[in-house]
Amino acid sequence: MQKVEILNGNKAAAIGAAMSRPGVVAAYPITPQTPVVEYFSEFAANGEVDAAISEVESELTAMSVVTGASLAGSRTFTATASQGLALMYEPYFRASTLRLPIVMAIVNREMISPQSVWGGQQDSMSVRDAGWLQMYAEDNQEILDMIIQAFKIAEDKRVLLPINICYDGFYLSHMTERVLIPEQEKVDAFLGSYKPEHIILDPEKPMAVDPLTNGVLVMEYRNKHLKAQQNALTVLDEVDKEYGRLFGREYGGAVEEYRMEDAEYALVTTGSMSGAAKDAVDMQREKGIKAGLVRMRMIRPFPKDRVCKALSRVKSFGVVDRNVSFGWDTGIVYQEVKAALYDGDNKVPSVPIIGGLGGEDISVGMMMDSIDRVVKAAAEGKNSECIWLMNEEEAK
Amino acid sequence: MKYKSKHIVPIGTEGIHVLNTGDWRIQRPLIDQEKCIKCGICLLHCPVNSIKKTDGKFIITYDYCKGCGICAHECPKKAIILLPEEEK
Repeated sequence: MQKVEILNGNKAAAIGAAMSRPGVVAAYPITPQTPVVEYFSEFAANGEVDAAISEVESELTAMSVVTGASLAGSRTFTATASQGLALMYEPYFRASTLRLPIVMAIVNREMISPQSVWGGQQDSMSVRDAGWLQMYAEDNQEILDMIIQAFKIAEDKRVLLPINICYDGFYLSHMTERVLIPEQEKVDAFLGSYKPEHIILDPEKPMAVDPLTNGVLVMEYRNKHLKAQQNALTVLDEVDKEYGRLFGREYGGAVEEYRMEDAEYALVTTGSMSGAAKDAVDMQREKGIKAGLVRMRMIRPFPKDRVCKALSRVKSFGVVDRNVSFGWDTGIVYQEVKAALYDGDNKVPSVPIIGGLGGEDISVGMMMDSIDRVVKAAAEGKNSECIWLMNEEEAK
Repeated sequence: MKYKSKHIVPIGTEGIHVLNTGDWRIQRPLIDQEKCIKCGICLLHCPVNSIKKTDGKFIITYDYCKGCGICAHECPKKAIILLPEEEK
């Protein structure tokens, strides 16, 4: 029997990590991720987990410690946000290019400046090309489920890459919801243990790591890394199905489609804003507008084929981004979706939409307006200018 | 892409072998075994561990010797000379 608890997103993440039995956890607290570290430390202090906890003095060290622990063959977990992630940048790259299956939660927070501790996906989206896998959760149940699944995906021999489970700061991290907790024995059987063969620091079998290497081999390692990223799409689907069989929750792999079967107009979203978007889709349907939603669960690797298929029959679509792509006058996911569709057959008008920066709410009303704009773009037959979702009352 | 390596990560000696740092050498240290008093100071100072003691004699291996000349400088009997490498 799965236990029912009322959990905030951070506790769901900490429980998911604890149930995966990592050997080493190193993290530095930063709002809004801090409670993840506190909960996990509490579990360790109570003897509920036997992970070694490293109390580091910065995020740079947190990532370096889990890198070393992973090289030594340990299953590792860490978590960060925003400026903390920025401080990790150098070892963040090394973790992926050394193919270490580290799991890291990113509690999405706006990037400076101005000073802001609230939500925004600029942090993780800006490092999408550092070689990690990246997934985005919609609710607290998905956070817990995905942290557990993340270890299975990352440690798969066809993948061997680190993975970020990203969730919106405050909207998920500090919001409480009903969450089902899977049975520990079943999670143990599902995950097994991590036994690295590709890279391991073992005194019995010494191995030099990261020697000065020429370009020919760098090209080869990158080529294999890109292939491993693509393999993650297949592995995610398999893991999603197996998890669904064991625990009754299947998420549809890299992309979740909501009322897309006969949809003429689509919104594309990422993370917690998808709840409001689903309500707006329902309300537009009641008005006779055939709307649908495509939720991006995975941003790296980018599920190009799934996106092309999901949007293959729409008359127009809009992408709502909780981030900006400096230099494009749109959000980041909008550019990614458009790039994917270049390989598809359905080149229809689109609407770039930006909202919810610095913790601003993306309301159901804003999602309704967004769908109206998507309908308008189809009627006009051309791409729209970027729409900024602003709270009119507060903007006055 | 045709793969050269059986690994997916930069490990082991594969990178170093490909680089072949001995190629950088412009001068080659040579030990005069007549003058050598077998004190081992050259072995201790070599920064790339390229001097070995074999059958009681000190022998320089050139795979990674960059010709820095520290061995020649430190030899108390001036038994190590540096000869220019010929152009390849």
